[in-house]
Amino acid sequence: MFFLSIFIPLISYLFCVIFKSYLSGKQISLISCGLLSIATTLSLISFYFFHINGDSVVLISNWISSGSFSVDWSINFNLLSCSMVLMVNFVSTLIHIYSVGYMNKDPKRSTFMGYLGLFTFFMLLLVSSNNLLQLFLGWEGVGLTSYLLIGFWNYKNSANDAAIKAFVVNRIGDFGLLLAIFTIFVVFGTLNINEIMILVNSYSDSYFNFLGIKIHSITLISVLLFIGCMGKSAQFGLHTWLPDAMEGPTPVSALIHAATMVTAGVFLLILMSPLIEVSEFASKLILIVGSLTCIFAASVAIFQNDIKKIIAYSTCSQLGYMFMAVGASAYSLAYFHLISHAFFKALLFLGAGSVIHSMSDEQNIKNMGGLYNKIPLTYLTMIIGSLSLIGVPFFSGYFSKDLILETLFLRDSELSSYAFLTGLLAVLFTTLYSLRLIIYVFHRKSMADEKVVAHIHESPFIMTFPLIVLSIFAIFFGMFSNSYFIGSDYLSVWSEIIFVDKSFNENFIYENMPIFYKKLPLIIIICGIIISYLIYFSFDKFLPVIKNRLRIVHNFFKNKWYIDEIYKKTFVFLAFYLGKGFWKSVDRDLIDNLGPNGMSKFVSSIGLIVSKMQSGYLYHYVLSIIIGLTLLISLYTYIF
Amino acid sequence: MSNLPILPILISIPLIGLIFILLSSENDEFALQSKRSALWTSISNFLLSLYLPLNFDKSIPHFQFVNSFGWFNSDNLKFSLGVDGLSMPFIVLSTFLILLCVIFLYPQKKKNMRMYLASFILLESFLIGTFSSIDLFSFYIFFESILIPMYLIIGFWGGERRIYSAYKFFLYTLLGSVLMLLAIIFLYQEFGTTSIPRLFDFSLPFYIQVWLWLAFFASFAVKIPMWPFHTWLPDAHVEAPTEGSVILAGILLKLGGYGFIRFNLSILPDASIFFTPFIYFLSVIAIIYTSLIALVQEDMKKLIAYSSVAHMGFVTLGIFSSNLQGLHGAIIQMISHGIISAALFFSIGSIYNRYKTKEINFYGGLGHKMSKFSVFFLIFTLGAIGFPGTSGFIGEYLTLLSVYSKSTLVAFLSATGVVLAASYMLILYKRVFLGVVNERIEKKTERLNIFEILTYSILAVVIFIFGIKPNLILDYTSSSLERIIKLYPISIF
Repeated sequence: MFFLSIFIPLISYLFCVIFKSYLSGKQISLISCGLLSIATTLSLISFYFFHINGDSVVLISNWISSGSFSVDWSINFNLLSCSMVLMVNFVSTLIHIYSVGYMNKDPKRSTFMGYLGLFTFFMLLLVSSNNLLQLFLGWEGVGLTSYLLIGFWNYKNSANDAAIKAFVVNRIGDFGLLLAIFTIFVVFGTLNINEIMILVNSYSDSYFNFLGIKIHSITLISVLLFIGCMGKSAQFGLHTWLPDAMEGPTPVSALIHAATMVTAGVFLLILMSPLIEVSEFASKLILIVGSLTCIFAASVAIFQNDIKKIIAYSTCSQLGYMFMAVGASAYSLAYFHLISHAFFKALLFLGAGSVIHSMSDEQNIKNMGGLYNKIPLTYLTMIIGSLSLIGVPFFSGYFSKDLILETLFLRDSELSSYAFLTGLLAVLFTTLYSLRLIIYVFHRKSMADEKVVAHIHESPFIMTFPLIVLSIFAIFFGMFSNSYFIGSDYLSVWSEIIFVDKSFNENFIYENMPIFYKKLPLIIIICGIIISYLIYFSFDKFLPVIKNRLRIVHNFFKNKWYIDEIYKKTFVFLAFYLGKGFWKSVDRDLIDNLGPNGMSKFVSSIGLIVSKMQSGYLYHYVLSIIIGLTLLISLYTYIF
Repeated sequence: MSNLPILPILISIPLIGLIFILLSSENDEFALQSKRSALWTSISNFLLSLYLPLNFDKSIPHFQFVNSFGWFNSDNLKFSLGVDGLSMPFIVLSTFLILLCVIFLYPQKKKNMRMYLASFILLESFLIGTFSSIDLFSFYIFFESILIPMYLIIGFWGGERRIYSAYKFFLYTLLGSVLMLLAIIFLYQEFGTTSIPRLFDFSLPFYIQVWLWLAFFASFAVKIPMWPFHTWLPDAHVEAPTEGSVILAGILLKLGGYGFIRFNLSILPDASIFFTPFIYFLSVIAIIYTSLIALVQEDMKKLIAYSSVAHMGFVTLGIFSSNLQGLHGAIIQMISHGIISAALFFSIGSIYNRYKTKEINFYGGLGHKMSKFSVFFLIFTLGAIGFPGTSGFIGEYLTLLSVYSKSTLVAFLSATGVVLAASYMLILYKRVFLGVVNERIEKKTERLNIFEILTYSILAVVIFIFGIKPNLILDYTSSSLERIIKLYPISIF
């Protein structure tokens, strides 16, 4: 059953591709939604009956066997993979349903539904894999479908460039993951995840010679794995592709660039947690990069004007929180935030899609305004999503995010206290950009031109239905499920699969957290609300003045810390410059002129000289005979 | 095992087919008669070549299906044929690709089609001969004979600068081959035999091995080609007709890799170890350098040609990393590159037949007009960038894994080729297939014909089959390769 719930999305893809010229777009969309709902139901059933079957591995067939190297096609059935499959299938089904409405008029909608199915399949393969190579297949597969879907409207050049950027930057991360897989095989001699987990402790002191430097092998593996995760989860340095990826249709942004694919990096680290736990250095690195991303993305999000880019940077920042949790060894909390984030972020994206849909494809929030009474349902769901994102008490985001902050506070190391402060600052920023978005889009007076305004309408039910379902989850999920991730009973269940600090359960947090620090995030949120009220309502006349005064600072954030520009001027330029140089100077001028062309020139010039000797005059020949003879005789006498 | 002399049959069927092709009428505009004979010849030869894998005993590392004939009235110089796990896949690959070439050519018009087909059929015979020779002399003769039809294909049916390219191709290859001939003569002088299986049993002093190794290296490094002997390849590809490029990239390059394993590695193991750092050095340069060059190409064929050099860099890395994974990786990489580059060259041929140019800038938005074709091309692109699930991934993965266990630096540097490959292939795909349809494309669109669809479907399916089940090839090669590795002294790395 679990097996089927993974492969049904693939069937959906094949169905869409094969029948797209025989059936109408509507029929295809409905059937693929139906298939996905079946997959979700099946994964729900297998999740429900999980405790009966327990952990198991389904072996399908052998993939590669070459001497000591052997990898299988197999599927891992445990609590982690099972819950992840359920989440992915569930969100994917909702987004399939939403797309039926959103892509209603697109001529390629059957292909679109097919790609969504294919993406879901690869994602499921990734989360349910029992060995790292098959995981890598899923990993690259989601990258590929992300590429296809970002560039789905491929008549737009910007979409194509964004798609290539996404693929190539991801490949840089994959490069790290690939090296990690190689190192794991060389050190452990296997790529099977369960076997690696058993072997970890016996290799905790081994060293590995990497690029001529002796490095603690597990640290090396963890760092390389983390580089892979940075690419996929858009962490600072390799994050540049994620905002650009918003060129894709909005359901894609919701599914791939918010709920599922970008969290694959966090998932991989959670999966490999026993390994990462051995290396203190890797944990620290993850904590630092996570906090940096968290604060960086949140700060940039305040200055963006594209509704989807704001949410994209917000995703980036939330992923930073998850990595901070991983860095603080609270893997189950990272997983908690991963799932609750999937719900509220998908909700926000779908809400944004609904806004864009009603505004006739306008994405700039400066051109919107006053929408709250025109599209009330979307407004309501967006508010719920934002509150959950900010972490207002009793919404999902509150439970998962505050637990991470509390954990950071309670870990007694200097680094995690810094991380705690960064996290708090990011809460402030989150409040600011979320409210800015809401205010610009729904309040203030309308900036759109009349044609657009006349056309504003609430989305059809097929699009609002997923919004409603996700809103329910964005409100209640955290409340009802937080003990599954932190309660002491469940921690021992988790500890069979991932690394869990059992002493660090809810009672411990409850008893040790000072009340002031516990309420600090809430205080900050209230401050944020007051600040944004003041900025956008009371003092909004001063806004342009401040902007002018602080132009440099403003531009710095608006241009995303100039990271894209730096990359373009260094790596991209260098690659093309070297390519041209090698081609023209080395290949053509040096090798060819010394090699074949030079050789043939040399031969023909010798030929010319020789042919000049054949002058045909008798006295020339006589002269050369005499010279030759003299030389020979003198040589002969000289030698003997 | 039955006693069917399968290898002589495989070599002689094309020769019989050749007679039919040459006898067919000259005045026919579509050259249907000759096409039909070529098709039957290649189909029957392909089906017969499947006899090899079906009756092959995987557990025997030695040569199978052996046939020997007298030659020069000498006991030591024999015309002997046989295959082992190493050569068998290449024979099937040859018959497979020639068949696809003939299918692809079927609906086309070309000047002097009869002779064109004849060259390919002749080439098929020589290729099978080369891969199945287990005697140095017959190997050398077949190896060199390949040059003749290939030279004609480029020189007669090529583009504008075909004569220059054909000469360059010929000069480079011949130079290497002359040195190999010297090495072969030396081996005959020394041991009085040129039989490859018997040469396995002898061991040579180190300093002689070094010289022989260099002589063989000269020939195969040009063929495969390694940096800096690669400059003939882009020119040859650009000027060669589509099918010529397919065979050139698909099979001829593999002769180099095959030769490295068969001669340098098996007969001269000590020298191979000695030169391993040298090979690593050249391969890493080849991968990074040609990938960067491919990034800035304006001609589609040149781009694929440069990417071929980079892919062959992985092959040489794999071969000289000298463990089972490396050799397996190299062989898979060769087979897979044979299929993928053939597919890419066929695709460029399809585009070229329609618009008569290979300039990338000319195109844009082709995907909107030829949606099926764009899907096929995407699949081939994925193969070329080593996407998991395609055969290209297995080759790159196994070679890098094996090199990584020997030298992390080399693996690290060459793995950057994976990132670069993604960049140049996706940029190519974008510039040709995506974006707005430009008016040049708009004017004239022609869907894929049934022969093209057939060719591409077969190739795409094969790419995925070997990506999902690489053991179909690996199983055949294991025992032969293990024997080679056993001959290999413990590596100093």
